[in-house]
Amino acid sequence: MWKTILRRLLIMIPEVILLSVLVFLLAKAMPGDPFTGSINPKADPAQIKHLMEINGLNDPWYQQYWNWVVHLFHGNLGNSYQYQEPVTRLIEGRAGNTLWLAFFTMILTYAFALPLGVYAGRHEGKLPDTIIRFYTYVTFCIPVFVILVLGIWIFGYVLGWFPTTGSVSSDAQTWAQTVGSRFYHILLPSLLGALFGTVNIVQYLRSEVIDAKHSDYVRTARSKGVPSKDIYRHHIFRNSLLPIAAFAGYSITGLLNGSIFTETVFSYPGMGLLFVNSISYRDYTVITALVLIYGILNLVGTLLSDIILSIVDPRVRIE
Amino acid sequence: METESNFLNIKDVSTAFKIDGQFYDAISHINLQVQHDEILAIVGESGCGKSTLATTIMGLHDPAETKISGEIDFEGTDLLKLDDDGYNEFRGAKIGMIFQDPLSALNPLKRIEDQISEVMDYHTQMTKAEKHKRTLELLDEVGIVNPQRTAHQFPHELSGGMRQRVVIAIAIACKPDLIIADEPTTALDVTIQAQILDVLRAIQKENHAGIILITHDLGVVAETADRVAVMYAGQIVEQGTAEQVFNSPEHPYTRSLLRSMPQRDNEGDDLYVIKGNVPSLQKMPSTGDRFAPRIPWVPESAHEADPVMHEIAPGHEVRCTCYKTFQFPDEQKGSVTV
Amino acid sequence: MSLIEIKDLKVHYPIRSGFWNRITDSVKAVDGITFNIEAGETYGLVGESGSGKSTTGKSVVGLEKVTSGSILYNGKDITKRDNRRKLDYNRDVQMIFQDSLSSLNPRKRIEDIIAEPLRNFEHLSKDDEKLRVLQLLNIVGLDADALYKYPHQFSGGQRQRIGVARAVATNPKLIIADEPVSALDLSVQAQVLNFMKKIQREFGISYLFISHDLGVVRHMCNNIAIMNRGRLVEIGTREDIYNHPLHIYTKRLLAAIPETNVNQRVAHRASRLAVEKIYEEQQDKYYDENGMAYPLVQVSPTHSVALPETIAKQLASQEGEVQA
Repeated sequence: MWKTILRRLLIMIPEVILLSVLVFLLAKAMPGDPFTGSINPKADPAQIKHLMEINGLNDPWYQQYWNWVVHLFHGNLGNSYQYQEPVTRLIEGRAGNTLWLAFFTMILTYAFALPLGVYAGRHEGKLPDTIIRFYTYVTFCIPVFVILVLGIWIFGYVLGWFPTTGSVSSDAQTWAQTVGSRFYHILLPSLLGALFGTVNIVQYLRSEVIDAKHSDYVRTARSKGVPSKDIYRHHIFRNSLLPIAAFAGYSITGLLNGSIFTETVFSYPGMGLLFVNSISYRDYTVITALVLIYGILNLVGTLLSDIILSIVDPRVRIE
Repeated sequence: METESNFLNIKDVSTAFKIDGQFYDAISHINLQVQHDEILAIVGESGCGKSTLATTIMGLHDPAETKISGEIDFEGTDLLKLDDDGYNEFRGAKIGMIFQDPLSALNPLKRIEDQISEVMDYHTQMTKAEKHKRTLELLDEVGIVNPQRTAHQFPHELSGGMRQRVVIAIAIACKPDLIIADEPTTALDVTIQAQILDVLRAIQKENHAGIILITHDLGVVAETADRVAVMYAGQIVEQGTAEQVFNSPEHPYTRSLLRSMPQRDNEGDDLYVIKGNVPSLQKMPSTGDRFAPRIPWVPESAHEADPVMHEIAPGHEVRCTCYKTFQFPDEQKGSVTV
Repeated sequence: MSLIEIKDLKVHYPIRSGFWNRITDSVKAVDGITFNIEAGETYGLVGESGSGKSTTGKSVVGLEKVTSGSILYNGKDITKRDNRRKLDYNRDVQMIFQDSLSSLNPRKRIEDIIAEPLRNFEHLSKDDEKLRVLQLLNIVGLDADALYKYPHQFSGGQRQRIGVARAVATNPKLIIADEPVSALDLSVQAQVLNFMKKIQREFGISYLFISHDLGVVRHMCNNIAIMNRGRLVEIGTREDIYNHPLHIYTKRLLAAIPETNVNQRVAHRASRLAVEKIYEEQQDKYYDENGMAYPLVQVSPTHSVALPETIAKQLASQEGEVQA
């Protein structure tokens, strides 16, 4: 098994290289330059030219790419033009925020989705099932940013129950206060994200439960004289949860991608917000670093899913 | 045939399924008895209701979608009057069931041992060690060479024949009086089929169980069964001992089936084809001989208005009176039948 | 010259393992088989699941990548794609499958299903095409109103007949029938088998009839090959195989067919168990040191068996067969 994981990691190397080239070229292809908009429009064009020159922006792309990679291995992702700070430090400060938010959203999502999916599947066609399906359709139809904006307006501004910006209150002094404040800040965005991000898991789990209910092995269990509640516990739930568990790896990356919306609406200082800002400021170094990180996380998520599946499903064995 | 030794008495049982809000009979007015130490084969083609009969005895139907009437007297208890918990006292303990597809009949995520000992969890007070010992015994009994190893395997690691042996081990774990085997060998190769049938026979001898063997394969019936019931369109049309049914078949359907089989002596000839199709559940006529449309040359007067079973020899019963005059078209012309 | 000559056909699937996923071994699905199919005959290929009989069938149609060996049609090796195209091979050789529901496209009407091979090969006008489809439906005994229906609206037997109609649409020389009646009820099976015979009589088609059911094979086939773990263990006429089987595997298969004669059941079971005992105990006599079948040895003009020459002759003389 470790061999296979190692092999998968090795395969990821060319994938990451390809990804980095693509990312780098895409960033280069974007119109404008990092100085547009941030420099006095009356500035001397010659001076801009000079700035481009000393920043190496006039070199051929492969030269720039090579410089970037060499720096990368020195832990140097370059300086952000916008913040005038090393990109590593910029991301360092925000990665924790984003992962914390994504992780918590995932826990809430599963906490909502698993019981709903199982319950709907078990009572297929009855009223609770209809209600749950209606709920998932509604959440499926409404775009996530609409929900976020509505949520922040109602619970943040009108009712004032939750903070509407930032990741931690500046009043927090002690360690406990800091943790509490951080938790308070992510509660609303992760709740909203979870309540409206359950649709896939609920629908998938529901149909898995319905399939399992009509499967031959459940019929065998019934003819063994196993009571209905034990059939659900020992046979249906475990077998239906299997594909969901394997899906967890992918869903982490999904949540990271979703953080772009959430962080922007909630002005939450994470990687997503940084990403959006960097795009509007053509902050190449930051953009390339972030896209690369997101890309690698996606690859890791896929690998994670494969590993989880091989652990929970005896039919899939990684040799 | 109502003797003391009948521990299972199926009396006038009908099972109807809900289709588009209406109930249609899949089996109607079935009367059958099973004794200890016998194999009763129920034979018929797909859609004749033989599997429905099995699942009706097992109580595996969703009560919201089915309507069951009649009485299933199992050692003095009417199974049809039981609720689900009551039924669970019988399922697995006194009635064991074997299914057609041994791969899907086993939970893919559980080890063989867990799937076998699960039956004992619910019907015995055995300790863990006792259950383990019994599991190995059972695997040995159904002819698995290395029980210790197989017990720890998952279903996908076993061959089709091995899986079916495991399913049989589950069915007999609590030494049931009745074993229902629904097409137990259809998914298997002929050589494996022969082995599985041997195992079934050996088990029956050992436990004095009664076996209901459901199959479409006349050869399997002829080799295995003590008594045979032939089903067509939800009804039993002929029943008797294996010798009676195979040596002197009377009902036109039984005779047609035997005639449409490729046999040693009809190589190269065209096989007999039964005219028409089996009617669907919704189109099943409620009166008259259900097989009449398949033998259109037989005059209506030969059929009974409401065909019942006639005992033509001790234990040999045939539905409708049309069997008395029934001939195949080529027999009528006087030509030689092959 | 035979219609199809299969020579030392091998189909191996690689097994990959180890860190670099290199090919370390192979599954020998078909491992060197040789036989001929004559024009107008039904050739039976019998074996249990995993014996390689379906892989052989697929190789003959060209659906399988052949590892080595050749399949000659009109003297040309059709394991090469170029030859298949040049000879219009895929028009001349068609296939009928076991599962009639999954082998017919559920979203297409019967008219389009049957006309598909015509459209690929014949390029008829719209009217001629329809006429031909109606003709084909008539041959397999279906009404014209079937044209506009979909596969799920038919019963299993009717669908299998649609499969037959599609297969004969291009007037093929050979039809590969892979377990064509295994999923059907007895009465429907009789109907489909009768149609297959009728079509053979009318159009002179050859069949490669692949089946595990020795009863059906006896009814349909003049020449039969028995396949076991990728190799042939016995080849012969119906008479040779059913009345003078030589290889223990053939005997075992034959003994396992359930007989409908109730009066003989005890004797039949005893003889089956006797054969089974020999099969268990004398593996080393009938198979080589690797547990594989020996090369075929001819014991009569029609009959060959996979045994060392001395044993084959000895068994044949016991059976009263004289070597030609």
